[in-house]
Amino acid sequence: MAPVIDMRAVVKRFGSTVALDGLDLQVDAGEVHGFLGPNGAGKTTTLRILLGLLRIDAGSVEILGGDPWSDAVELHKRLAYVPGEVNLWPHLTGGEVIDLLGRLHGGLDEQRRARYLEMFELDPTKKARTYSKGNRQKVALVSALAADVPLLLLDEPTSGLDPLMDARFRECMHEFRDNGGTVLLSSHILSEAEALSDRVTIIRNGQAMESGTLADLRHLSMTKVIAVVDHVPEGLAAIAGVHDLQVHDGRITCEVQDAGMGPLMAALSGGGLQSLTSQPPTLEEVFLRHYQDGPSDG
Amino acid sequence: MAERLAGTWTLTRLALRRDRVLLPAWILGFAGMAGFSAAATVGLYPDESQRISAAEAVNGSGALVALYGKIYDPTSIGQLSLFKLTAFGAALTAVLMVFVVIRHTRADEESGRLELMAAGRVGRWAPLAAALIVAFGASLALGVLSALALIAAGLAVPGSFAFGLGWGFTGIAFAAVAGVCAQVTTGARSARGIALLLVALAYAVRAVGDLSEGSWLSWLSPIGWMQQVRAYAGDRWWVLLLPLALAVVCLPIAFALRERRDVDAGLIGDRPGPARGRMSNVLGLAWRLQRGSFWGWCAGFAAFGLLLGSISDTVTGFLDSPEIQEFLKQLGGTQALADAFLATELSFAGIIVAAYGISAASRLHSEEVEGHAEMLLATPTSRIAWAASHTVIALLGVAVILLVAGLAIGIGNAIAVGDTGSIGKLLVAALARVPAAWVLTGVVLLVFGWLPRWIPAVWAVFVAALVLGEFGALWDLPQWLMDVSPFVHSPRMPAIDSSSTGLLPLTVVAVVFIAIGLMGWRRRDLQAN
Repeated sequence: MAPVIDMRAVVKRFGSTVALDGLDLQVDAGEVHGFLGPNGAGKTTTLRILLGLLRIDAGSVEILGGDPWSDAVELHKRLAYVPGEVNLWPHLTGGEVIDLLGRLHGGLDEQRRARYLEMFELDPTKKARTYSKGNRQKVALVSALAADVPLLLLDEPTSGLDPLMDARFRECMHEFRDNGGTVLLSSHILSEAEALSDRVTIIRNGQAMESGTLADLRHLSMTKVIAVVDHVPEGLAAIAGVHDLQVHDGRITCEVQDAGMGPLMAALSGGGLQSLTSQPPTLEEVFLRHYQDGPSDG
Repeated sequence: MAERLAGTWTLTRLALRRDRVLLPAWILGFAGMAGFSAAATVGLYPDESQRISAAEAVNGSGALVALYGKIYDPTSIGQLSLFKLTAFGAALTAVLMVFVVIRHTRADEESGRLELMAAGRVGRWAPLAAALIVAFGASLALGVLSALALIAAGLAVPGSFAFGLGWGFTGIAFAAVAGVCAQVTTGARSARGIALLLVALAYAVRAVGDLSEGSWLSWLSPIGWMQQVRAYAGDRWWVLLLPLALAVVCLPIAFALRERRDVDAGLIGDRPGPARGRMSNVLGLAWRLQRGSFWGWCAGFAAFGLLLGSISDTVTGFLDSPEIQEFLKQLGGTQALADAFLATELSFAGIIVAAYGISAASRLHSEEVEGHAEMLLATPTSRIAWAASHTVIALLGVAVILLVAGLAIGIGNAIAVGDTGSIGKLLVAALARVPAAWVLTGVVLLVFGWLPRWIPAVWAVFVAALVLGEFGALWDLPQWLMDVSPFVHSPRMPAIDSSSTGLLPLTVVAVVFIAIGLMGWRRRDLQAN
C-alpha cells in the first residue's frame, strides 16, 4: 500500500536559509508517526509543506495520493491540523472557533464535539484572549478530533497541556489509531513520541537522520546496566560493546551494546552477582546521540 | 514611583530602535510638506494685493473654510501659505502620535510582547511612560523641524515657531489622549479606533465652529486651538498652553487607569461569550472581525454628512459682496455654489473612506502574520475564497460608507431647506467616489499578493495621493504626476460641469489590481509569524 505521506529529497529555502535539505519522510496508513527534532530542525516547515501553505524548491511530495500544493482544498477534506502556535481570534469564544472550523470542514459531528469538549475540560464560552496556551491548543485539538478525518497533522500538540490532559490526549491518539486513522506527530518531547509512536523519524538541520520503529532505533543505542557483585571480575573493560565502565566498591555501572550483553552477563555471574538492574535505552538517549556531535542551528 | 517607572529608559530605547526608520521619515515628511508649501506660495504671491484677494477668496468659500479653516490676516504670507496645513497638518500629527502610542502600549500588550518584558525589571508604568516619551519627543522634533523648514522657506521666525510648536503640541495632546484610550479597551484595534474617532471629532467640531463667525465651538477642539494660535497673524503664544493643559489632564488619568487594571485587562471586564458559533464560512468570519470598525465608520460619516448637509445652504452667505452674488447667479445661481461646496466635501469624504478600504483589505496581511490564516487554510478553504472574504468586506464597505455619507448629507440638506429633492442626486454623487477608493483597495491586494511585507507602504501611497491632490497644483507639479492619484479622476458631482468618464477606467484598474494580486497570493508561500 502506498504511504499516506511520501516526501522524497525535499528542499525548501527561505532566502539564503536552507530549511529542508533533502528531507525524506514516509508515513504509512494506520500508524502514529513521531516526527522528532530540536527547535528549528524543520518540523513546522515540513508540516506547512504538507498543508500546501509552502511550496517546495526541489524533490517530491505526496499526501493522501495528491499534491499538497495544487490539490489543497480536496486534500484538506481528509485531514485536520493542529498548529504548533495556536493563534486564535482574541474576541471570539472557543466554542465559536470550534464551530467555525468544524463547518469549514464540512459540518460538525455534535456528539464528537461534546465528547471532546468534556474530555479536555474546555469552557467554550470564554474569549480566546483569556485562554492559556494549553487551552488554545485544546481548542485546536477539539476541532481537529471532531472533524472525523483519516489523517491528523499535529505540530507539538501537547506543549501547553498539563500531565492529566496529556494523558487524555494519548488516549485520544490510541483510539484514533485503533479506528484506522493515521497521525503525523511532530514533537521534541521524547517521552510523548515514545509513548505514542509506532515509528519515528528524526530530523536535524532539515534532513532525516534516522527512521524506523522504536525497536529499530533502540538497536542503535545501549542498555544501561547496574550490577552489584562480590568481587569485580577481571577484564570487564575489554569486552567488546561495553562502554563507560565505572566500578565503586563492587558496584558496577556501564553502557552495553546488544552484542556485548552476553559476554558481560557471563563475566558478572562469575563475580558472584548480587543484584542487577538494566534500563532499556530511552528515545532520549537515541536522540541525544544524534545531537551531541555538534550544535544544531536554530 | 521610581519602582513603577523602572526600565522606562530601556523601553524608550527599544521603541526608538523599532521606529528608527518610520518616525524620522514621517517627521521629515511633515517638515518637507510645510517648507515646500511655504516656498511655493512665497513665489506665487510676491505682492500684497494678490495675497489679499487670494485670502478673501478662501475666506469666502464655505467649502474651504469647513475643510481647512480661515485665514485670519489676509495680508500675511504665512497665513496664506499654510491655511491648508494648519488644522489638517495638526490632525495628521495627531493621527501619527495615536499610532505611535498605541503601537508601544496596547498593541504590545495584546501580542504578549509586553508580558515578556514585564517579567524583567520593568515597572508597571514603564511601557506607557516610554511610549509617551517617544511620542512627545517625536512631536517636539516634528514641530521644531517644521519651524526650521518654514524659516528656510522665507517666513517670519516667530510665526514659524508658533506654527511648528502648534503642530507639535497638538501631537503631544493627542499622544496623551491615546495613552488614556490604550487603557480602556483590551484590543489595540479598538483603542486606536477610539483615539482616531476623537481626532475626527475634534476636526469636525472646528469645521462647524469656523463656519459661524466667532463661535465658541472652535475653542472646544484641540485642532481648533492650533488655528487660534494664529501663527503669522499675531502669534498668540498663550493658546499653546491649551494642548499642554489637555496633556497634563490626561496623563494622570492614563497612569491611574494603568495602576488599577491588570495586564491584558481593559476597563470593562471580559464576559463569557456564546458557547456556539453562527459563522459558517470565511466571509462570515471576516464580517464578524470587521463589523465593529465598519459600524464605527458608518456612524462617523452619518454624523459628518448630517452636519455638512445642514450647513450647505448657508455657504452662500459667506460671499457678502453683492457683486460676487450677482456674478454667481449668472454662473448658475446659489444652487451651483451649494453644489460646489458639497462636491468638495464629498471628494474629501471619498479620500478618507479610501483609508477604510485600505485598512479593511490590510486585514488579510495581519490575519496572515498573526497566524490566523494558517488555521483556516488548513481546512478545505481555498486561498482565493479566504482572500475574497476580506476583499469583499473592503469593497462593499467603501461603497456602503460612501452611500451613508451621501444619504446623510441629503437628509441634512432636506431638513435645512425642507426639500427632499436633492437626496437622490447626492446618493449618485457619493457613489461616484467609490471607484477611486476601490483603486487603493486594489493596491493593497496587489502588494499583499506579491510583496506582503510592504503592506504598510500602501499608507504612504495613500498619503501621497492625498498630498498630490491637495498641494500638487501649488507646488507646480507636472500634470502626469498628479494624474497618478486616482482621486483626480473622480467626477466632481453634484457640480454641474462634472464628467463621469473616469469611473469605468478606475473600476477596471481596481479589478485588474485585485486580479493580479490574487494571482500572486495563489503562488506565494504563507508568511510565517
